[in-house]
Amino acid sequence: MAFLEIQNLVKHFGSTHVLEDISFTLEKGQVLAIIGSSGSGKTTLLRCINFLETPNYGKMRLNGETLFDAEDQATLKEDEIRKKRLHFGLVFQSFNLFPQYTALKNVMLAKELLAKERPDYKANKKAIHQEIEEQAKGLLVRMGLEDRMMNYPQQLSGGQQQRVSIARALAMEPDILCFDEPTSALDPELTGEVLKVIRGLKNSDSTMIVVTHEMEFAKHVADKVIFMADGVIEEWGTPEEVFEHPQSPKTQAFLNKENF
Amino acid sequence: MQQFLEQLPIVVDALNDGFLQTLKLFAVTLMGALPLGLLISFCSMSKFLPLKYLTKTVIWIVRGSPLMLQLMIIFYGPGLLFDFNPWGGGENGRFIASAVAFILNYACYFSEIYRSGIEGVPKGQQEAGQVLGMTKSQIFFKVTLLQMVKRIVPPMSNEIITLVKDTSLARIISLQEVIWAGEAFMKGSRGLSGLVWPLFFTAIYYLLFNGVLTILLGKLEKKLSYFQA
Ligand SMILES: Nc1ncnc2c1ncn2[C@@H]1O[C@H](COP(=O)(O)OP(=O)(O)O)[C@@H](O)[C@H]1O
Ligand SMILES: [Mg+2]
Repeated sequence: MAFLEIQNLVKHFGSTHVLEDISFTLEKGQVLAIIGSSGSGKTTLLRCINFLETPNYGKMRLNGETLFDAEDQATLKEDEIRKKRLHFGLVFQSFNLFPQYTALKNVMLAKELLAKERPDYKANKKAIHQEIEEQAKGLLVRMGLEDRMMNYPQQLSGGQQQRVSIARALAMEPDILCFDEPTSALDPELTGEVLKVIRGLKNSDSTMIVVTHEMEFAKHVADKVIFMADGVIEEWGTPEEVFEHPQSPKTQAFLNKENF
Repeated sequence: MQQFLEQLPIVVDALNDGFLQTLKLFAVTLMGALPLGLLISFCSMSKFLPLKYLTKTVIWIVRGSPLMLQLMIIFYGPGLLFDFNPWGGGENGRFIASAVAFILNYACYFSEIYRSGIEGVPKGQQEAGQVLGMTKSQIFFKVTLLQMVKRIVPPMSNEIITLVKDTSLARIISLQEVIWAGEAFMKGSRGLSGLVWPLFFTAIYYLLFNGVLTILLGKLEKKLSYFQA
């Protein structure tokens, strides 16, 4: 049984069919790259996985547990969805950092709020906060931001902001970390620092789903590649299979256009 | 000159009394309209369409017609229509009617400011909170609220400054605020009559009070300038 199983996912917005029967699996520690032209449904797929959209049909299982089943009302309860979201992290294209908090506080905030639900919170308040702060600082150091912790988002470059947002997602220790075109909003000279950080995460065995336009990155970092077109998975395989021997004409056309 | 110096303390004393009434109306209006405006803004964004459109119609009527007219309708309307005076008599009755009219009017203006503040916070902020496992109320209080406040402080400051001046409209139903007190010296008040300057002198009260408010609100705006939203 695979770590993550997506089965027959369908998403419509009114009469717009955005996702049609999406199924794939992902093993623990693997990196999945999703490529495809704009409008093919990549963002919507990540949003479904992170419970920001409710699919019209389909199932989602993680580690054997059914997280979502469109036909089982019990999996759709709001307060349980909040807990289930914690299995996943999402790094947005436009960072979405909280502007009123420092980089460090951005990374700590959600964890601090979650800690309040711990039964031992009152007794160990100080120690818990200390621990959360240490963890957040450690993550920011890992992102190469040791001298930027006390800066507000507007004082940081796009690349630095995106690295803070990666640290913020990692702080919740998600089972699977998702990236939605993490470098698309960045100037070309800043994409390298973010891709390097993501590559570093692969080496530490994180399971990741990365929607990206960086074909070189997909080819060299991903274990599996999905090519999406018009809401369906047009091609799925190893980077070698998808990039060197694409079967579908649509994939071939896309890769040609991307000069690949 | 000698005469002016003799009149001054008498006039200032009367104007102080009037300005106290102005301040009272100002404060009561703010205390009522700030929370009521938030409630109205939620109604105007309601997913229940009849409530949404009813609210929007009320906002349109209140913002689209003169406050002076609203004051008169609220004060005289019940008596003329139903032969019934809900406000009670005297200065106290006039104050209550004025407060009701001002609170309703300003709540509608504030509601639109709140609405633009709430809608102005990018959706991505809420979604970032959601994917980090925050609850709805945590997202509101820890993520969106301060960004909303930052957005509404400048337009709110404008409205508050306008409110200080608008309180003078209550003169139309003879509320004894500072303009009324100044004007009274034309006909005769506190043993003096035929004086026009006390009416013009009231401007100093408005200018001083608005000066203080401008400084305070500017400080608040500055305090929130450490971040960009
Ligand atoms: N909330 C929405 N309402 C209606 N249509 C939407 C919505 N979100 C996305 N879509 C549509 O779904 C399609 C796929 O969008 P998206 O998932 O953002 O694609 P991609 O990320 O691959 O560019 C687009 O045609 C888009 O217009
Ligand atoms: Mg997209």
